[in-house]
Amino acid sequence: MDKVHNNKAWFLVIPVLVLVAFSAVIPLMTVVNYSVQDTFGNNVFFWAGSDWFEQVITSQRFYGALARSLTFSLVILLIEIPLGIFIALNMPRKGIGVPVCLVLMALPLLIPWNVVGTIWQVFGRADIGLLGYTLRSLGITYNYATNPTHAWLTIVIMDVWHWTSLVVLLCYAGLVSIPDAYYQAAKIDGASRWSVFRYIQLPKMSRVLLIAVLLRFMDSFMIYTEPFVVTGGGPGNATNFLSIDLVKIAIGQFDLGPAAAMSIIYFLIILALSWVFYTVMTNYGTERSR
Amino acid sequence: MTDSGATRMTAVSDSLMRGGAAGSATMAALGQSEAIARRMRRRGREARFSWLVPTIYIIVLMLPIYWLINMSFKTNAEILSTFSLWPQNPTLRNYAIIFSDPAWYSGYINSIIYVSLNTVISVSVALPAAYAFSRYRFLGDKHLFFWLLTNRMAPPAVFALPFLQLYSSFGLIDTHIAVALAHCLFNVPLAVWILEGFMSGVPKEIDETAYIDGYSFPRFFVKIFMPLIASGIGVAAFFCFMFSWVELLLARTLTTTSAKPIAATMTRTVSASGLDWGVLAAAGVLTIIPGALVIYFVRNYIAKGFALGRV
Repeated sequence: MDKVHNNKAWFLVIPVLVLVAFSAVIPLMTVVNYSVQDTFGNNVFFWAGSDWFEQVITSQRFYGALARSLTFSLVILLIEIPLGIFIALNMPRKGIGVPVCLVLMALPLLIPWNVVGTIWQVFGRADIGLLGYTLRSLGITYNYATNPTHAWLTIVIMDVWHWTSLVVLLCYAGLVSIPDAYYQAAKIDGASRWSVFRYIQLPKMSRVLLIAVLLRFMDSFMIYTEPFVVTGGGPGNATNFLSIDLVKIAIGQFDLGPAAAMSIIYFLIILALSWVFYTVMTNYGTERSR
Repeated sequence: MTDSGATRMTAVSDSLMRGGAAGSATMAALGQSEAIARRMRRRGREARFSWLVPTIYIIVLMLPIYWLINMSFKTNAEILSTFSLWPQNPTLRNYAIIFSDPAWYSGYINSIIYVSLNTVISVSVALPAAYAFSRYRFLGDKHLFFWLLTNRMAPPAVFALPFLQLYSSFGLIDTHIAVALAHCLFNVPLAVWILEGFMSGVPKEIDETAYIDGYSFPRFFVKIFMPLIASGIGVAAFFCFMFSWVELLLARTLTTTSAKPIAATMTRTVSASGLDWGVLAAAGVLTIIPGALVIYFVRNYIAKGFALGRV
């Protein structure tokens, strides 16, 4: 669609600008402010330059948290994307099964994040939880509160439980948009199940799949509430992800300078990722309107 | 186009089969049509068991939720002493506690107030902006659209502390409007993107015809355009409601008592009262209900909403 060039459209955008300036720009400038200054209290600040940034970039703690966050995102993607595709391929295409599947699968997505944490906190306990109890009666010792491996397993399974449906729903939306004629043509050519997937379904899903990958990567990279409720970053530092660590430094210890510097580095990473996301999304938009 | 394509394909495959049956085709064609039939049969057999996968997946999804519901109908003594797959002595005590204690039910009221405020604010400012992005090109439009998206992607952890200081300097801490405004950080961009996606699906000729008919912009927008994208507005509102409802970090940071959300009430009461598992489970079940109630109406748009209007 050809858009008309009209700078008066700015007037329509002004309300959004004012609101987002208040809820994003001012807070972000506060962060920038703190990241280059130091204080001894009483609101007296002096210039600290890049000290805080150097402190963050050279700290073992920051790299530890960054590595944990990246590993977590990677593990999540490796499980959720193939699983999501597999389930979407097997979903019913018509009949009463469709709305039933859609509604039930979307349910975990609508649960408040701390309740997701609570559900799994309870579910994994050996004394009162179904999962923990079953594992214990099978003779497997399982305790996410003391064993780092078990803590990781719990959080990964929790995230798979929570978000795989997102991948399923997006892939399903891509699959149902494939015209029947494609499948009939494949049948006539005698294509195997695998070739149908590889040459018809996967290419048709690629755009939605990219969106799913990027969304899942970004959301898992900023995950806070669910692991905070289940493990609180422990045992030790085993599940101390970037955002959990940041909140600990900023609100727990009130170390404004390092927290602000860390926030900005964190935000720059997210910004770079958002740019990738934006490019993918808008390219898809132009192809759609063609 | 799709239909004619399908018909053509069926015709081709029909003639193949008939050719084979009449014996006028070569042996190769015959073999091929048999192979097709065999593959179709195999596809049918596969399809018969394909319902197993979503069924198993849904059962796995429902188990933890069922466990929460199961616990919410048990007494604490039963939860801790006996292990049972369903409540032996079903009790409504846990729900009664929540509905009779203001510290509990006010959490729900607070959550609903700030979530509704946020939804109304987000959708109403996003509507004109989304129209501008979908219909006009203007100075800096692409950069602006990208910048909005970065706010949706911003980690709330980065914003928790600055929000606390900003809102305390305005004296807004512990008010519903503070949380509602803070959640605009990610909900306004979300609403703009979703609405832009829906608006781009409405042909531009409708706008032009309305202007020729002498409609002013506000009148056209409210009387003609908004009814056309009603489903889009519904989906945007649903997603704003949802993301505001599930968020805890900012809501908890910005409130202390009088606007405390239910999610934060849950974390506090857990640590204070020595883990009242039954009440905790009941409170959790009640937080799932609002989402479960409206999800049916947006089931076909959920994928579109999560992809920010881009599927």
